[in-house]
Amino acid sequence: MAPPVLEIRNATKVYRTSGGFLSPKKEVVALQDYSLTIDREPASITTIAGESGSGKTTLANVVLGFTPLTSGQILFHGQDLATMNRRQLLHYRRNVQAVFQDPFGVYNPFYRIEHVFHTVIRHFKLADSESQMRDMIEEALNVVGLHGVDVLRKYPHQLSGGQRQRIMMARVYLIKPEVIVADEPVSMVDASLRAAILEAMLGLRDELGVSFLYITHDLSTAYQVGDRINILYQGSVAETGTTVQVIDQPQHPYVQLLVESVPAPDPSEKWDTEIELPDEEVLRSATSTGCRFYPRCPQRMDRCLEALPPLYDIDGRGHEAACYLYEDEAQMAPAP
Amino acid sequence: MAETPAEQVKRRQRKVLEVRNLRVHYETPTGDVIAVAGIDFDLYDGETLGLVGESGSGKSTAAYGILKLVQPPGRIVDGDVTLDGDELVHMSDSNFRQIRWTKLALIPQGAMNSLNPTMRVHRQITDAIEAHEGKQDKETLRERVLELFRMVGLPQRVYNMFPHELSGGMKQRVCIAMGIALHPTVVIADESTSALDVVVQRVVAQTMLRVKQALGVSMIMIGHDMGLMAQMVDRIAVMYAGKLVEVAPVETIFDEPMHPYSQVLIESIPSLKERKPLKITEGITHDPRNPPPGCIFQLRCPYVMERCRSDAPPLRELLARHEVACHLYNDDGSLIEDATMEAAS
Repeated sequence: MAPPVLEIRNATKVYRTSGGFLSPKKEVVALQDYSLTIDREPASITTIAGESGSGKTTLANVVLGFTPLTSGQILFHGQDLATMNRRQLLHYRRNVQAVFQDPFGVYNPFYRIEHVFHTVIRHFKLADSESQMRDMIEEALNVVGLHGVDVLRKYPHQLSGGQRQRIMMARVYLIKPEVIVADEPVSMVDASLRAAILEAMLGLRDELGVSFLYITHDLSTAYQVGDRINILYQGSVAETGTTVQVIDQPQHPYVQLLVESVPAPDPSEKWDTEIELPDEEVLRSATSTGCRFYPRCPQRMDRCLEALPPLYDIDGRGHEAACYLYEDEAQMAPAP
Repeated sequence: MAETPAEQVKRRQRKVLEVRNLRVHYETPTGDVIAVAGIDFDLYDGETLGLVGESGSGKSTAAYGILKLVQPPGRIVDGDVTLDGDELVHMSDSNFRQIRWTKLALIPQGAMNSLNPTMRVHRQITDAIEAHEGKQDKETLRERVLELFRMVGLPQRVYNMFPHELSGGMKQRVCIAMGIALHPTVVIADESTSALDVVVQRVVAQTMLRVKQALGVSMIMIGHDMGLMAQMVDRIAVMYAGKLVEVAPVETIFDEPMHPYSQVLIESIPSLKERKPLKITEGITHDPRNPPPGCIFQLRCPYVMERCRSDAPPLRELLARHEVACHLYNDDGSLIEDATMEAAS
């Protein structure tokens, strides 16, 4: 069987501060023993969700090769990112593209929109002639629901945030990568315009077979478009499964709290419970050995302090939670 | 003592804040950007009004206009704001300074940048109190600050801390504590929870609800998160391109939005209940320096008619407590005859 497009094996990223005159050296584990597989077929949208500090942006940075892993591997078609030579790296970068959060900062305000496309076509030598180039650009814009005449001759400031983000998607479409890392692509775009970006993602997945790592803190958009979801808590996976499984029936106490906290857009369904947060220092002293959620967990056991709980299979269909509550009823998930 | 329902109803009929034809412009070399294009609304005693709209719709600018905090190149061009009988827009700065904090307070967006990083938390609060009430006995002040902390759920040790030692949620609570320190009549909360993680956001939102209940203040909540609005406010005012397009009780806005823009806004709320097909709307907006004649939503409106391109629809009360600015409706709230609503289904 062909190796998966992208495989992350036991990835760990530790940030170290060098320590100053009075401040001691510190270590922050941003990502701990994280594994993920994206298969070649079918193309999928995998959501990586979590709060700030959960490690989701670190994950994007290591997959895009911006920062090396402390330990573990990232394999692209079975080849380790860390051992690639220049040519292979170029190939990797072409096939693993990024769409970032801020659709305002990625454009050079002096150039018209068409410049974005011309640059990428020249750089990767995608077209042989002017007319081929024009056709390619038009096709890419159509995939994300735009038309060349409307946008190409415009300057970035003349477009809405939603249009700019879709143009980034169209740019990525030209390169026809296998994986797109989308880091909070809709969080800076107004709610009424988000749907068009999400729709463009679905289009790329279904028509071009591009897989997405959709990194977000927003469970509701993930619920609308995501296939699988990974919920991170302080650097490790709390729960994973299909998006519908995890959000409809969350198992991990943290994920239950998270789903419960999303305000329901329905005035007839007001909050009827109060949520409490423990004190700050309790959170900061989170143990480095046991479960990271221990200080906040309503169902904690002594057991949880001993070691980080592995992922337990809940239902035999790929729904897994890293919590000792499911130790007895579940078979341990097979190691990847 | 808790008030009886009858008392509450009576109180809810009293207007504490009246905004009339408020206009705020920002000056640019190529002409004024009309950020707030003449809006009218009332805030009733004890209620929470949600002011919603997308970025650039003028919702924050409107709030800053009420608070007289509009900075150049922005300026208030026209309008009257009346708070408990006092006219604010034309009031002298020295008189207005007396009202700020004591009658009208702001809980700012991004508490990260609104606290002085060189001052301990208690100093920031006592400064505000002393600026209005004069020097006070240290012990009394300390008691007051700690009482405020209890209300917003901050631990005592925060008293002596610096802002950088606090998490985002705690900073936001310090800002809430400052906002209510002098028992204002009206509090304006500008996206007060939007930078927080969802669990923390919920805790802070609960704190705000509790504090509001306990003090009986009236509140204007500015935001774009419709989920949060559904949980927290009594009425919603929808803003688009500097104008109010619809004002109604929160249940009405969610169940039966009348203005086409409100309909788009409600339909585009992602839900955790069902996976529904995405509803796509185009986002071409006009140049804010040069709005087209007629309705401000005409470029995006699926039901646009000839009339919309020439006459701007005024905000009219079509049903009880339900104001809409749209030509699609008759004065009694029914659809006009030649409305092309097929796209509505």
